[in-house]
Order: sequence, then C-alpha cells, then structure tokens
Amino acid sequence: MIILIMGLIPLIGSIVVGALPASRTLLAKQITLGASIATLGVAIGMGVAFEANSTDRFQFTASTEWIRSFGASFALGVDGIALVLIALVAVLVPAVVIASWHEQAPGRRSPKVFFALLLLLEVMLIGVFAATDVLLFYVFFEAMLVPMYFLIGSFGGPRRQYAAVKFFLYSLLGGLLMLAAVIGLYVSAGKGTFAFEPLIGAVTDPGTQKLLFLGFFIAFAIKAPLVPFHTWLPDAGAEAPIGGAALLVGVLDKVGTFGFIRYCLPLFPDASRYFAPMVLVLSVVGILYAALLAMGQQDMKRLVAYTSIAHFGFIGLGIFAFTTQGMSGAVFYMVNHGLSTGALFLVVGVLIARGGSRMVADYGGVAKVAPMLGGVFLLAGLSSLALPGMSTFISEFLVLVGTFTRHKAYAAVATVGIVFAALYILLLVQRTMQGPVIEKVKAFKDLTGREAWAVAPLLALVIFLGIYPKPVLDVITPAVQRTMQDAHQSDPAPTVGVTAEQKAGNR
Amino acid sequence: MSGPTGVAGALAEGAAAPVAASGAIQSGAWLLIALPLLSAAVLLLGGRRADRWGHLLGAAVPVVLFVYTVLLFASLHGLDGGQRSRDLHMFSWIPVGGFQVDAGLLLDPLSVTFALLITGVGGLIHIYAIGYMAQDAGRRRFFGYFNLFIAAMLLLVLGNSFLSLYVGWEGVGLASYLLIAFWFDRPAAATAAKKAFVVNRVGDAGLSLAIMIMFATLGRVDYVGVFSGAGGLSQGTLLALTLLLLLGACGKSGQFPLQTWLPDAMEGPTPVSALIHAATMVTAGVYLIARSSPIFNLSEDGRTAVAVVGAITLLLGCVIGCAYDDIKKVLAYSTVSQIGYMFLAVGLGPGVYAIGILHLLAHGFFKAGMFLGAGSVMHAMDDEVNMRRFGGLWRVMPVTWATFGVGYLAIIGCPPFSGFFSKDKIIEAAYDKGGTSGAILGTCALLGAGITAFYMTRLFVMTFHGKRRWADGAHPHESPPVMTAPMVLLAVGSAAAGGLMVLGGSLQHWLTPAVGESIEVGAHTISPVVLTLLTLLVVIGGVAGGFVAFGLRPVPVTAPVAVSPVTTAARHDLYFNAINESVLMRPGQWLTRMLVFLDARGVDGVVNGMAALFGGGSGRLRRLQTGFVRSYALSMLGGAVVLLAALLAVRFT
Repeated sequence: MIILIMGLIPLIGSIVVGALPASRTLLAKQITLGASIATLGVAIGMGVAFEANSTDRFQFTASTEWIRSFGASFALGVDGIALVLIALVAVLVPAVVIASWHEQAPGRRSPKVFFALLLLLEVMLIGVFAATDVLLFYVFFEAMLVPMYFLIGSFGGPRRQYAAVKFFLYSLLGGLLMLAAVIGLYVSAGKGTFAFEPLIGAVTDPGTQKLLFLGFFIAFAIKAPLVPFHTWLPDAGAEAPIGGAALLVGVLDKVGTFGFIRYCLPLFPDASRYFAPMVLVLSVVGILYAALLAMGQQDMKRLVAYTSIAHFGFIGLGIFAFTTQGMSGAVFYMVNHGLSTGALFLVVGVLIARGGSRMVADYGGVAKVAPMLGGVFLLAGLSSLALPGMSTFISEFLVLVGTFTRHKAYAAVATVGIVFAALYILLLVQRTMQGPVIEKVKAFKDLTGREAWAVAPLLALVIFLGIYPKPVLDVITPAVQRTMQDAHQSDPAPTVGVTAEQKAGNR
Repeated sequence: MSGPTGVAGALAEGAAAPVAASGAIQSGAWLLIALPLLSAAVLLLGGRRADRWGHLLGAAVPVVLFVYTVLLFASLHGLDGGQRSRDLHMFSWIPVGGFQVDAGLLLDPLSVTFALLITGVGGLIHIYAIGYMAQDAGRRRFFGYFNLFIAAMLLLVLGNSFLSLYVGWEGVGLASYLLIAFWFDRPAAATAAKKAFVVNRVGDAGLSLAIMIMFATLGRVDYVGVFSGAGGLSQGTLLALTLLLLLGACGKSGQFPLQTWLPDAMEGPTPVSALIHAATMVTAGVYLIARSSPIFNLSEDGRTAVAVVGAITLLLGCVIGCAYDDIKKVLAYSTVSQIGYMFLAVGLGPGVYAIGILHLLAHGFFKAGMFLGAGSVMHAMDDEVNMRRFGGLWRVMPVTWATFGVGYLAIIGCPPFSGFFSKDKIIEAAYDKGGTSGAILGTCALLGAGITAFYMTRLFVMTFHGKRRWADGAHPHESPPVMTAPMVLLAVGSAAAGGLMVLGGSLQHWLTPAVGESIEVGAHTISPVVLTLLTLLVVIGGVAGGFVAFGLRPVPVTAPVAVSPVTTAARHDLYFNAINESVLMRPGQWLTRMLVFLDARGVDGVVNGMAALFGGGSGRLRRLQTGFVRSYALSMLGGAVVLLAALLAVRFT
C-alpha cells in the first residue's frame, strides 16, 4: 500500500501541475516541491519500516491483476537494492526542483510543463525500481523515456533536438531487444506468468539463456551506459537542462545497472557466468577510456557525463565480479554516484547560470570571487574522485576489493582509474576555480541560499554515509547475498586466512 | 629476546594483542580526531563572524590536544610493557559479508609517540601561524585547513586498521592540497597542489592494492588480524605486499621516484611547509613501514628495497640541495634527504626501526624549527626566498639566527645536538648490516652526512653571515614574540631531544611493544667509536667546504652560469621533472586528444552510420524533428503490438 501511495503522490502532483493555467508558475513550483518532499517523507518511512533481514524477497508488496490472459500483474514491491535506489530518487528530485527554480524554457513552453515532467519522471523511476513483474518493468523502462525525452528536447541547450533524438533512438533500440527477450523469457520459461519470482531458474537451456541474457544485457548496457554503447550520454547530458541531466545521469542510468543485478544475474545465471569476462573487460576499458576522455573535454557538462561513464565501469566491474563485496559495493556505488554526480551537475549548473557558458575556458579564479561556490564545487569534485571520508570511497573500495578477491588483474588495472579520477577532477577545479580571476568572473555572485539548499543536503549525505555507511550497507547486503544465491555464486574464501588458533590468541 | 608484546608481538609469539582501552583518558581518545574536525568545520563554515576569533580557536585546539596526549602517554607509560597496546572500539564501519571493518583506535607506544609529535610540534606551529598569517585575509580559512590536517594526521596514526590509516592518509593529502593551493590565484600554487595530490594518488593506488591483497589472502585488514596471519603468507605475496606498501610510502614521503612533488609544495605558506611538508605528514611513510614491521620482518627483499630507496633518496636530496638558491627549496630537498635516512633505517629491519623513529622525532624538531626560521626571514625580507639576496642577517634577527643555528647544528649531526645521536646510529646500523650491501648503504649514509654539512653550511652562511646583499628597500627586523617563542621552544627540542631519547635507550624501550626489540650489540663491522669519529671528520670536511666556498668568498647576487654539469643537473632537479613531462605528461595529452577525436568520429560515427543505414542518411538524423520521433515511437509501438499479438498466438495455440 505504502508503495502505491509513494507513486501516487508525484503522479497526482504532476497532473495538478499540468492542469494549472500557464500563468500560475509559482504555484506550480510550490506544488512540485511539496509533492517531491512528501514523496521523500514516504521514502523515509519505508526506510524505517523496512526489515533488512526479512525472509521475504520483497516487502511493501502490492499486486493486482493486470492482463489476465498473459499472467501479467501490476505487482510492486522492494528489496534492499530497490529500496535504496528509490530513496535516491526521492532525495534527488527535491534537490533538482530547488535547483531548477528559475528554469526557463528556451522556446514557447511554459515552465510548469518542466515541473510536471519532473514529477512524471519521478513516478516512472519509482515504478521501474518497484516493479516485481517483468512485463510491468518493461513498460516502466520504456515509459520513463517519454518525460526525459521532452525534458531534453524542449528545455535543453542549443543542440537539444539532436541529443533528444539520439537518446530516444538508442533507448528504443535497447528497449526493442529487451521486449523480444521478455517475450522469449515468457515463452521459454513456460510458466504462464511474468511475475519475477517464479521465473528465477526457470530457463535452463544454455543456448536460450545466452540469447535472452544478451537481449536484456544490451538494453541495460545502453542505458547504463557501458563503453562502447555510451556515445549518446555525453550529448544528452550536455544538452539536457541541468535538473534533467542530474536525474538522467544520477538515477535514470542506474536502471541499467539495477537491471544487471535484478534480471540478468538471477534469471540467466549460467549465461551471466559465460559472458562475465566480456563484461569485465568492457568495464575496465570503460573506466580508463572514459576517464581519459573526461580529461580532454572542454565542455563541463560533457566532462561530468564522461566521468560518469568511468564510474559506470566500476559499477559493472563490481556486479560481474560475483562477490558480495563487489556487488554490495556496486549497489552502494549507484546510490553514491547519484548523490555525488547529482551535486556536481547542480553546482556546474550554478556556474553556468552565472557565466552563461558551458566551456571550461570561460572561467578562472571563481573561488576567489565566490568562495562558497568554490568550496561546494570542490567538495562535489572530491566526492567524484572518491576521497576517503566520503561515501563514494567506501563503494569504490568495496568494488575494488571485491573484484580483487576473484580477478586480481582487472582490479589492479581498475585501480589506475583512481589516479585518473584525481587528474580529471583537479584539472577542472584548477581551470575554473583557481588561477587569476578573469574579467568576466569578477562580477559573479556567491552561492545563494536557494542554491545552497539544493546542493548542501546531497553533500552532507555523502559525508555522513562516508563515516557511517552501515545503515545503507545493512539494507543492501542481504539482497545482494540473495542475488548471489540465485546466480549460484559464493565468495572466494581468503587464500590463507587467519586461523582459529591465531584468532584465539588475539581475543 | 625477551617476550615482545603488543601488535608486533602478536605475530611473534601469539602473545596478548591489544587489550580494551580502559579509563576515561583512553576511552575518550576519539576526541583527538573529533575535536579538530569539529573546529575545522566551525572555522570553514563560520563565515566572516568567525574572523575575529577564528585563529585563536584554531591554535587552541592542538594545544589542548597536546595536553590530552600527554595524559594519554602517562596513562600508557604507567603500565607494564605488555599492557601498553590498547584497542578502542568505536563502531562497525564497513560490514559487508566477510569484509568486516570496524572503526577503532590503536593506542600503543608508536601511535602515541606520533600523536605527541603531531600535537606538540603542531601546536607550536599553529601559534607561530597566528603571527605569520596576521596580514592575510584568509587566516580563518588557513586555520580551518590546519585543524583539518591535525584531525586527518591523528586518524592516520591512531587508527587500528590499514583502511582507517588509508582514510587519514588521503585526508592529510587533501589538507596538503588545500594548503599548498592556499594562495590559489597564483597559477604556480594551483599547479603544485594538483601535482602533489596526483603524485600522492599514485602511491595511494599502491597502498590500496596492498590492502586488497591483505583481504584476499587473510580476510582481514586490521593490524591485529593482518599481523597475526602474515606468517602464513608466501614469500611472493609478502614481497608484493612490502613493495606496494613501499610505493604508498614513497608517494607520501617524497621518496624516489615520487619525490618531485615535495619541492613544488613549498608554494604553500611557510607554516604549512614546516608542519606538513617537514615535521609530520611527509614522515607518514616511515610510520607506515614501522607500523607494518611484522610484514617487513618477514621479507628480506622487501626490506632491502626500502633501504635502497632510502639510500638513493638521501643522496639525491642532498645533491640537489646544494644547487638551489631558494631557501625553502633547499630545506625541502633537505627534508627529502633526511627522510631518506629514515627509510634507510627502517629498511635495515628488526632492531633498527626505533632508530628510524628517533631520527624522525629529532627531524621533526629541527626541521620545523628551521622552516619557521626561514619563514621569519621571509617575513622580514618581504617574502624574498633567494638566499643570494640575504646575508648578514644575524645582527638584525638575533633570535632567528640563534634558533636556526641550533637547528643547523642538529641536522649536520654536531654532538650533542639531537641529529648527532640519530644519524650516527643510522650510519652505524647500515655498516652493521654487513656484507657488500651494508658497506654500500653505510657509505651512502656517510657521504650524505658530509654533503648535508656542506649544503646546510652554505644555506646558513649565505642567509645569516657575509655581506648584506639585500634588495633595495628591505628593512629586516626580528619577528614578534608570537613567532619567536615557538622557534625558541623548537630549538630547545632540537638541542636536547636526541640526547634525552637515547639516554638509557629510553625511546627504544618505550617503542619495543610496537616495533619489536632493538638489537643492542651485534657484531660491529666497524667499531662504533671509530665510525663516530670518521663521521665527525666527514661532517667537519663538509662544513669547512661550505664555509670556504660561501663564507670566505663573496656571494654573487646572480647565480653563476658557467657551472659544472653536475650543478646544472642539480638545478634542474636531476631532470626528474623533465622525464615525467616527456614520458608521461606529453604522451598523455596526445593520447587524450586522440581519444576525444576517435570517440566523436569513430565510436559515435559507427553508431550514427548504422542509424543512417536504417534511417537513410546520417544528415537526416541530425535534422530529425520531434514529428519524426513521434512516428518512430508510433512504429515501435506498432512493433510491440505485433509482438504481443504473436505472443497471444503462442499462448492460445
């Protein structure tokens, strides 16, 4: 029930905002903010009520018959992984609403449409993570494209049409493959249902598993995106309005990596194992390749987009290393990356709002003129390079250490990524924030209260979870362990170990 | 060897590992990290309101922490040797399946000794900075970063696992970055800060891989767990571990081949150079190796690598130190060189760790003192750093001269100043290693002592003696008491600390539970007395050389151009920066540019091309308007309907 309420709040909000007359912009914003905060409140309530060690796979379930003849139902529910991602959505949307308060459409559209679309996107994102029916998941997976498409295409930068079309085509191609795989799954499982749980382990034929795996995998790899399916993201991230970019890269892309864990691994365990080396290679290549590309970007939004592709490489690595640490780290990485990159996009947006340009070269010495902006920019950057003390470090280290226990070489190469991350972030900081104050920057205002309220909670959360990640990890880990069981995987034991005798001597 | 206990002992005899912390003083040790962190937050977020009192709060914090640490020291010192390792469990930090890391502190002689150095010398330098930064509009921010550093550094030494060490490790790296870039509108400062962080990250990558190996092999990353299981590791694993730990240590401590960032770090305000880039942070590598002594004890090759790195660096540092005219850069290379001595010592293995720590503590006093002296000189000379523009300052700055002089005597190893005890013992221990390697390492150390005496004499004479070569309009004056008082106290430490710590082997006994028993009398290769006399002779030679070259002859205001190839090379940092630039930076920039091009034309081009195959012309893709997308969407929806129909057919047939 609570999950339905959670989806209904932004849905009703979206409809109300959409129905308002175009002149009532302020009211539209207030309703949007209110609805998103109410949704956050529900998410907090769910977090408190959630029982991490419950034997049920899903909690807060709600189900009703949907398409009877297919055995498809409108079934919702969350496990620990879905819960933390839904919580991420609920945290990011209010921040984006606050940050986008003065959002203006470049064309004729009314700002209220922007906010209605934001809330609609929130509904779709909650649905895609909460769906426990494969067909329903597919529907949300496709439907969330629509609000995002219009956010980019109507409210984006100069090349918004090109970026929006590219985003749409890539996603549709992936979606089509997935639809085929969903149907194939239904047919070959022969259970007469789309419900997730009965389908686990239902497809046993190795060849079929591989084909179906690829259908899901390519759709998710485009969405995540992994190299070489990534080229739509820098365009979409650069042209989207800042709030849209934060949600696109912060959450929408996570649906891909979420899909790996929820669908690819439990439904096709043998195929997952078969294709794992390929995915690991793509991930490691992505970490280094995208990091090098990030260093070479002149456009700040494209730069952040490329850093995210490198981060997605870490997530892919953690998932397909098949260890509890790697996978828990990957899930935690998704949350942290959403907070961190969300914050980074919003801060970059503040800078762009001041300077009217996305180009790094148009800035210099900003921290001297606007110290708070400089400080927040640096903090967001440090969270992106996974500084210890911040939650991003915990997740990155868990991914690396989890990968290392099984695949030493991949982990060692991926570790080079932490040096690259320092370079691309600190180069950006140096070029924009430090050095002599250039003429244009001299008149810059420091962070306003509204801007601070949008970003500070995200960064505070990143720091808090860096010091005390246990509450989130305790929610994630049982769900990850269950996924490991579904995928017939177990952690490698320490090769030497500390013997009981030695332990006894120390206690 | 009588039963070593504590963390190191846990390996040797399975003896009692740390006992739970007891008493209010020990249980409250987390305040050592929380207080400076809180104060940093207050200073950085406090806004202009805090400008009036911010520096006072900032300086008071390390002083209070020092008092606390003294109490902590007393509470441990009152216990038996075996009881002096205390574990303070705080909370479960990262619990994921088999990976269980708790946040906790290890209070033992090694960590508390470091905490004394950090808070003691740190407190003095904080007080000094009140005066030094008085004219700077960013003084509150400065103290915020300084307190942040203290918190991170204390976490580094007090944490009870390699992972908490790593957090402190990168935390001090952040503080160092922020403080090098304190005057970030200067491009040189911004570049130096970035370089420091990135080079450090190279080392950090090594350290994090080492931690991964520990978890993969032993399933633990806390000190107790790792050390108690280390005996079961293969020689290959141990070597990999020691080399990766060494890589981490080289990054943080500015050791070969990662030394290039440290001289550039002198772009930061001078108190930063004194505290972070001389007395404390850069010695963290030595701490890491001493802390990991149970691992290094098991790998002869790993120890040799440490000693060799130390020997190379100590010579490299002092050779370059002879060539620079910038007083801070000379001191920086001197730091590189002195830390080389410490690495050499801890690389010599069981029994010599304590001597490395002894030199570290002595260095903490005398180098911090000399940096503060250099800051005092710069303060007086309008931020001039070129020693060719100094000269004859001893008359106008008697306190600075005298305190710097004590530091100078300490670093060259003049008895009975502190450097004498520590450096002499390192040279002795190197020779005592025996064999060819011992002879080579010992001779490097001996030679280094001579060159150190030479370049420090050069620095001292050029700055304080000889003719006044001041720039026009310079009116040097002695610094205010808030600056000179810390200098005096550090000078007292530089003079007396060495002797006090050696007296009756007090420091070695104190450190035994943490780093193992010191080997007192082995077979000496060369009689200690002879070696001491030989060392003194070499040092006197170096001093005489420096005095003849720079004290008796006039010093030209512009550096001579016609110099030997060695001097030219030394002036260019022995070309390490040039090598980095041509081997790493330029190819890296080309690679990046090439990839950016490829990604746009290649990967994206292929995809656009494929889209063109279906859509009929890539130009059309760019021109596509919303209407086209709607029709695409419709066609996809149509496809979906067809597929669903097919599904229905399957179901009902």
